[in-house]
Amino acid sequence: MLKSQKIKIMIVAAALVAIAVIVPNTNSFVILLVTRALAFSILVMSLDILLGYTGLASLGQAAYLGVGAYATAILATKYNFGLGWDFWLVIVFGILFSAALAAVFGLLAIRATGVYFLMITLALGQCVWGLAYRWNSLTGGDNGINLRGRPKFGIDLANDVTFFYVVFGFFAVSLLLMYVLVRSPFGRSLSGIRERELRMQILGYNTWLHKYIAFIIAGGFGGLSGVLWAHTAGIVSPENVVLTTSVDALLMAVLGGAGTLVGGVIGTFIVIALREYLSTLVPWWQYVLGAVYVLTILYLPSGLMGIPERIRQRRNALGKPDDPKKLATAPS
Amino acid sequence: MNTQKNGNLPVLELKGLSKSFGGLHAVRDVTLKIMPGDRKAIIGPNGAGKTTLFNLITGIFPSSSGQVLLFGQDVTSWPSHRRTAMGMARTFQITHLFPKLTVLDNVLLAIKGLRSSKFVMWRFLSSYSEVYDKAHHLLEQAAFMDRKDTEVRYLSHGEQRQLEIVLGLASDPKILLLDEPAAGLSSGESTEMAEFLMKLDPKLAILLIEHDMDVVFDVAHNISVLHFGEVLESGSPAQIRDSAKVQEIYLGTD
Repeated sequence: MLKSQKIKIMIVAAALVAIAVIVPNTNSFVILLVTRALAFSILVMSLDILLGYTGLASLGQAAYLGVGAYATAILATKYNFGLGWDFWLVIVFGILFSAALAAVFGLLAIRATGVYFLMITLALGQCVWGLAYRWNSLTGGDNGINLRGRPKFGIDLANDVTFFYVVFGFFAVSLLLMYVLVRSPFGRSLSGIRERELRMQILGYNTWLHKYIAFIIAGGFGGLSGVLWAHTAGIVSPENVVLTTSVDALLMAVLGGAGTLVGGVIGTFIVIALREYLSTLVPWWQYVLGAVYVLTILYLPSGLMGIPERIRQRRNALGKPDDPKKLATAPS
Repeated sequence: MNTQKNGNLPVLELKGLSKSFGGLHAVRDVTLKIMPGDRKAIIGPNGAGKTTLFNLITGIFPSSSGQVLLFGQDVTSWPSHRRTAMGMARTFQITHLFPKLTVLDNVLLAIKGLRSSKFVMWRFLSSYSEVYDKAHHLLEQAAFMDRKDTEVRYLSHGEQRQLEIVLGLASDPKILLLDEPAAGLSSGESTEMAEFLMKLDPKLAILLIEHDMDVVFDVAHNISVLHFGEVLESGSPAQIRDSAKVQEIYLGTD
């Protein structure tokens, strides 16, 4: 078991190195797309902490991306803040603002479970969208806010390759932090809550508190994703916080495989690639995306990351009926 | 408190505990006392309120009236996890394990439940060797070592029932509440279960709900009969066996 874990880590590390080496040598369109996917996949991974590890399907995760993104845009355009070294402060603010919002929303949402949790997070997410859409003086309403340029501090982030490396760095650190988190005692307690919350309470866990902390952490990572997203896209608009963005994040996590972190990243890359490439080829690209979602949920409920496991099971069932037999005659 | 002077503080005390769901009085005015090392069974026909009583004791439901005292402390309004921290553990009639986690992970979670390091998020759980040692020790005692990496959902029903108790013991409780540990077991497995229970630390107080009378008579020194939420009769196994009232509700007219 430990060995397979090591192999998985090696594969992910190799994939990261490959991205860091190959992408800068491609054309600017690909660099931009990958940067976008990396920024967004931080949000998807944060959602996976809730969905895959804690068993909380949040439909309002875009709100935290929105807070991070709007904070970045408003600070940059109204106060000329965050375009130099203070970019690092904006990162901190983005995380803190979003975590603070999650701390408030969590008080309302965490009491509910299942579909009620989903409905409450949806409603709260829509409140943020409503503010972004209506608060013209602050958010620019429907038009959103255009960022005039990316930060410059020693290095110039206006250069797409440099900026790619910065986003890649944040992505890699986020992945590492979240990986440690889900394997830590706290992260394991989240899995226990997903599996059987009542048992966790009886074992002495204050499950509400654990879920609340996880919700705030996920919000914080969402904020980081938002800051990066604002500078990646160069524009922040209500479209970033609208329900569809939350749904997208949820579907990306499910497509790749919830409860795997990396699955969400794969899902993000696939959806963004499909969307960008297909939309230039055919006008009915959304049907393709829809079909991908439907087929995944029907035939691969554990997502793309579940495929190796599936193949292994099938091979066992066909080749040596070793496993099922052992189960049938397990000593009781 | 007087009893405290004699070192005789009851582990668990219920005072007039009641619970109604709308018009249904599931538990009515139950009063009982459990001392360290007591082995007490609660029996009664289906629907007598036994599991509801457990849910009141462990804080899963709020009680309608009455008090629950753990070591003399009134815990009536406390949530479950704080009661567990006082030294209480329970198992469930319907198996409540973590089905998609391995046997070892189940036990690790159970051990971590009462440690403050359960909030640590910057260090792998696998780096806590002391917790692993304890888990291995518990699994060895229950003869589970060879299956420690099996996901719990692949265990047999009998094994899952045993693991329920292992999880209960992981927090080193002073009192263990067992909700039908032998439910769904074959007679051979029930005997094994009774033997397993009798081997537990004699200082551990046990409150047991059980339908399997062989297990009850083997394990319990004292039995209370619950009927329509009320304690009908309490006494030694022999007294209960010979009680006309008890025979009536089990074999009797309705």
